[in-house]
Amino acid sequence: MGKALRAWVLLMLIAIAGVAMAQAIDPLPFRDHGEELRFQHLTSELRCLVCQDENLADSNADFARDLRHKVFELMQQGKSDAQIKQYLVDRYSDFVLYDPPVNTRTWLLWFGPLLILIAGGCVVGYTIRKRSRADTVAAPTDNGDDW
Amino acid sequence: MTPELGQLALILALLLALAQSILPLLGAWRGNRALMAVARPAASGQAVFVALAFAILVWAFLHFDFSVQYVADNSNLQLPWYYRIAAVWGAHEGSMLLWVLILNVWTVALALFSRQLPDVFVSRVLSVLGIISVGFLCFILFTSNPFGRLLPMPADGADLNPVLQDPGMTFHPPVLYMGYVGFSVAFAFSIAALLGGSMEQAWVRWARPWTNAAWGFLSCGIVAGSWWAYAELGWGGWWFWDPVENASFMPWLVGVALIHAQAVTEKRGSLRAWTILLSLFAFSLSLLGTFLVRSGILTSVHAFASDPRRGTYILCFLAFVVGGSLLLYALRAPKVAGGRAFALVSRESAILIGNLMFTVAAAMVLLGTLFPLLGDALNLGKISVGPPYFGLLFPLLMLPVVLLLPFGPYLRWGKSDVPVLKQVLARAGIAAAACAILAAFFVQGQLKAIAGVACAAWVGVGVVLYIVKRAREMPRGRRYPAEMAGMLLAHFGVAIFLIGVLLSESLSVTRDVRMSPGQVAAVGGYEFRFDGVTQTTGPNWEAEQGVVTVTRNGAPVAVMHPQKRTYTHEQIQTESAVDPGITRDLYVALGEPMDANHIEGAWALRLYTKPFIRWIWGGGLFMMLGGFVSAADRRFRVKRDAEATQTITTPAQESRA
Repeated sequence: MGKALRAWVLLMLIAIAGVAMAQAIDPLPFRDHGEELRFQHLTSELRCLVCQDENLADSNADFARDLRHKVFELMQQGKSDAQIKQYLVDRYSDFVLYDPPVNTRTWLLWFGPLLILIAGGCVVGYTIRKRSRADTVAAPTDNGDDW
Repeated sequence: MTPELGQLALILALLLALAQSILPLLGAWRGNRALMAVARPAASGQAVFVALAFAILVWAFLHFDFSVQYVADNSNLQLPWYYRIAAVWGAHEGSMLLWVLILNVWTVALALFSRQLPDVFVSRVLSVLGIISVGFLCFILFTSNPFGRLLPMPADGADLNPVLQDPGMTFHPPVLYMGYVGFSVAFAFSIAALLGGSMEQAWVRWARPWTNAAWGFLSCGIVAGSWWAYAELGWGGWWFWDPVENASFMPWLVGVALIHAQAVTEKRGSLRAWTILLSLFAFSLSLLGTFLVRSGILTSVHAFASDPRRGTYILCFLAFVVGGSLLLYALRAPKVAGGRAFALVSRESAILIGNLMFTVAAAMVLLGTLFPLLGDALNLGKISVGPPYFGLLFPLLMLPVVLLLPFGPYLRWGKSDVPVLKQVLARAGIAAAACAILAAFFVQGQLKAIAGVACAAWVGVGVVLYIVKRAREMPRGRRYPAEMAGMLLAHFGVAIFLIGVLLSESLSVTRDVRMSPGQVAAVGGYEFRFDGVTQTTGPNWEAEQGVVTVTRNGAPVAVMHPQKRTYTHEQIQTESAVDPGITRDLYVALGEPMDANHIEGAWALRLYTKPFIRWIWGGGLFMMLGGFVSAADRRFRVKRDAEATQTITTPAQESRA
């Protein structure tokens, strides 16, 4: 299926998906509590593709339910979290991940804040240096009101 | 006929807003007192007509006037009266009207409480507020008219989105808008200061209480929204890093930076240009937030393009406000670094570092929120940015702030003594370590929980030590001026918030279970017994209501009634049951029956225990209170024009010399 077609199908799915705001309560036969925690964590980081902005764990859409069951099935087959994510990315593109991978398209997203921090840090450092040299700074006499 | 009167009132309000934005500005420029005197009456008149329009829309909702499209779209005959009032701001057109109404509330308040300020300055401030009002009134009249008619008139209307049918929804948007719009006052002060040049540097003192109050409202609005999401959406979460939430969070973050920068500028004359820039950012982000939420652009770029008039107008108005104010800033911002010098170890430096972190955090949230749109527009493919991204970067950026926080009150302006700080470091450090060790016994090695207790102790003990120090050293009556009391409250709120976030995030237990009547499930040390489902009805819904009895070691704790409601128009909405407590919340949501034909049988339920989650909102409310208490300081109200100009201009002249 071509990328454009896939995007179109997704859009149609979004259009027809209902807006039922009941939530997803979906008891699954987990082997143990650890597996349940792993499932909760994994599905909370995956996007329900037909909803506005909901993860798989919370969405009540049929699509999300199916995908949740697929994730559960893959877990039962002993697949790792990375393998399960890859399986979904292969079918639904990076859109399904709330945790976008670091690559050429997302470097600005991941490193942008760091760049701003470094730039701002330089300005702040420069300002403090300049202001602390500008004058001999006198400690104000403290009468307790000038706090 | 009445809706047309509302329309007419809006048009008259627009005309008065035009007068308010143009004439006083001309008067201030030309020194014409008659033109300046237009500002106050124009503002009051505008407020009267906007309030009239708003009242007419409320009246249309209360009287089921379905011939008004907006009323028919958002209410019906079964909707109780209180939700019909809330429905006024339940969708796009009405919330824009609410926005303008609240802008007018702030403007009138400013017009009333600014008698002691110079006329020239007040005229400029009111003009700027008038310009913003013109922008919004035009937007309403030309693209989002709430009074549009629907012919033929339907017998009944559609339903208000059931998610919005909650007490939280009646309360959250107006308070949030009080915060958003409140930043317009700080913005208007800054623009007026830029227009006036260096003459009026005392403006920061006049702006401070308004900024603090706006920030307090914004805090309250965000807390209410978070509480509403927790109680109503039924996912048990309190913050989702959803674009809509981020939209309100960005101005809040910049607002924190602004409050502190204003303190520096007012007291020491430094960071003047930065304070102005932050005011511009805070309001620009408020505008962006309003439009992000209301334009539909968040759903997808395509939804935005589906109504090109609204989208284009929004972009143009944003470009005008943001671009125009930045241009003015570039031309007129104080070029000479004014104010007194400060050393590396000083309150100024610490505030500057805090400002940096809050600004970068806001930039990070902005980037994460807009990146999917950017990627979509530039054909980089669809990308989702969600909690894993924000949840990783935000705490990293806030860590330096938390570490610096206990020192804040001890740091002195200009230059601080290092031994005092070392003493604080030792005391708060020991307290944090002791609490962490103590906590380690209770939380089964959850590092996040231990870190939460340690951070909260670090911040909280720092604040309490300072309170004790003041009580010892200062005479009664001079110990805690309102401005300082507000600071202490807000900082203590941070400690409470940290406990709430880190403990509830790490210790919450969630289980999805299938339960037959009589069956018991154990979650987080509590036993939840499912006692079956019965039918019940409300004003405009029918519900299946579960009964869940909770016990702890056999002792009864609570009887909870989670519901699954079906509203008039077949919309389904879960209504979770919450048993609140200071140290833990119990939370039960009802899912689906295992067999749709036998509701008396087994059901799917989601059970949570959420330790200390209430402290999150408690911390937020402390911060809110801090904002209000500071704003109420008498120092801001007392008339001391001469003195104010003196204390601020003198240091500036010193450093220029």
